[in-house]
Amino acid sequence: MVLKGTVHKYNRPNIDTDVIIPGPYLKIHDHDELAKHAMEGLDPDFTTKVSKGDFLLVGHNFGCGSSREHAPIALSKTGIKAILSPSFARIFYRNSIDGGYLLPIEIEENILEKIDDKDEIEINLDKNSILNVTKKESYPIKPFSKIISDIIEAGGLFNYKIS
Amino acid sequence: MTLTEKILSHSSNSKTVTPGDIIFSNVDKVMMHDVSGPGVIKVFKELEKKGYQLEKLWDPDRVWISEDHFVPASDRISADNVIQLTKWAQKYGIKKHFKYGMGQYGICHTISHEEGLVLPGEVYVGGDSHTNTTGAIGAFSAGLGHTDIAYVLKHGKIWFKVPETMLFRVTGKKPDYIMAKDIILNIISDIGTDGANYRAMQFGGSVVDGLEMEERFTLTNMTTEAGAKNGIIEPDNTTVEYLRSRLGRINFNLIKGDPDAEFSEVFDYDCEKMEPSVAKPYSPENVVPVREVQGTEIDKAYIGSCTGAKLSDLRSAAKILDGKKVKVRTEVLPAAQSIYMKAIKEGLVTIFMESGAVIGPPTCGACCGAHMGVLGKDEICASTTNRNFPGRMGDVTSKTYLASPMVVAASAITGKLTDPRDL
Repeated sequence: MVLKGTVHKYNRPNIDTDVIIPGPYLKIHDHDELAKHAMEGLDPDFTTKVSKGDFLLVGHNFGCGSSREHAPIALSKTGIKAILSPSFARIFYRNSIDGGYLLPIEIEENILEKIDDKDEIEINLDKNSILNVTKKESYPIKPFSKIISDIIEAGGLFNYKIS
Repeated sequence: MTLTEKILSHSSNSKTVTPGDIIFSNVDKVMMHDVSGPGVIKVFKELEKKGYQLEKLWDPDRVWISEDHFVPASDRISADNVIQLTKWAQKYGIKKHFKYGMGQYGICHTISHEEGLVLPGEVYVGGDSHTNTTGAIGAFSAGLGHTDIAYVLKHGKIWFKVPETMLFRVTGKKPDYIMAKDIILNIISDIGTDGANYRAMQFGGSVVDGLEMEERFTLTNMTTEAGAKNGIIEPDNTTVEYLRSRLGRINFNLIKGDPDAEFSEVFDYDCEKMEPSVAKPYSPENVVPVREVQGTEIDKAYIGSCTGAKLSDLRSAAKILDGKKVKVRTEVLPAAQSIYMKAIKEGLVTIFMESGAVIGPPTCGACCGAHMGVLGKDEICASTTNRNFPGRMGDVTSKTYLASPMVVAASAITGKLTDPRDL
């Protein structure tokens, strides 16, 4: 699978779920409505910058804090397809995969500096690599473990069980 | 094997498990609240659109619901969420529903131990990140999202990566005015908010052995803030007596780790050297002794939440507030109705009210900036809660200092961050 899109870079660690989707919106379960508030705590203009199929590039421990599935839902509904980070908080990571919303892709810390905001990149999940189209460079990504790639392929945890 | 590994080996019908193994584990108990419950229902609704029908739950008797985040209803949406959740629970035969305004109710994590709903050795998952709290009972307790909870409700099992276990040994003589909150804030300060990512945090040592159960829950509750999959304490007589006081005389399966269990790391703490501490904005790892920031003016003192409003927390705060007047607005919200009742009977509520504080019903509202005490622009709060992320308790410019109930009570009296030893 090859994904192509624009990078939106927020180079800071520990971007938490309260920033991704603040507490007052937790009562909302309409996915499109949630998306209007994605990343509101960090960048109020976030939703106007993102197009379908784009990527987030963020510092380590992305998604720390709450177990709210609203966080990956809101991000995916803005159009974000994958998030690149040196590490993810545990519950955010599995929510992204099990709900089939978006791909949390682990990269080495130093790659964070090599990709800039608005770079065009291609993520090749078969080769576990990123091609930076803008800079004509490529970088490795950490492969998904077997169960994770199986769940991704199935389209989420419920489909995984059924298959 | 460590206690966490042992529980997961039993629950996955394996003779042994090793950290890193992916297992499908049977689940003993599952919880959802008025935020995760409607989210779970939404998962099933989305699946219905694809032709999937939920006919029945795996075992409704192993499921409970707490209304806690937006009760009393903050607006029409939250009121409708509770109605929807109630109807759904009735349809699928869930009887343990702790409803706001109907006797026992309160914050889900407090209810889980206050009602003795989780036993040592069990696998317990909840639709809230602080589900780790109940690990102090000696259970494997972990928070999950809506899809995972939905999966457990249908199949009674879920996948886990077996975590490595970090051991935190706390020894020495525990000084007066040092609470479990100070201990865990110091630990998070050392390892960082991702210091236990994908791992279990186990606590032991003479100080932990000597802590009452409610203080132990503060340790495990806050493991979430270090990114841990679960927090855990081996069960002992204190655990047994706590559960017996709630469930009557029953025999418990006191599963413990092997004597030769391998921990990924061992950390030793001398409690004697600890000082009353605060986590400064905007991270629970941003910890300093209160005396370093003593004098920082506050607008509000908040004594509430699953980590800071258990009966022992209220007793500690009342001891400081007794006979004094608060200088800033102070809100006390007992974590469960049963705790509220005990606080009334012990005279704690009178102490709080005479000090000038407001006593509110159990709710998570203010802790997550939802309602019942939200912070405004640039406001500063000393709080017994567990998170101080930007905007956590209200406006994104507001600031929360996390601390023990004693530190927050002392700060309420002076209107400034205050070490209770200096009062």
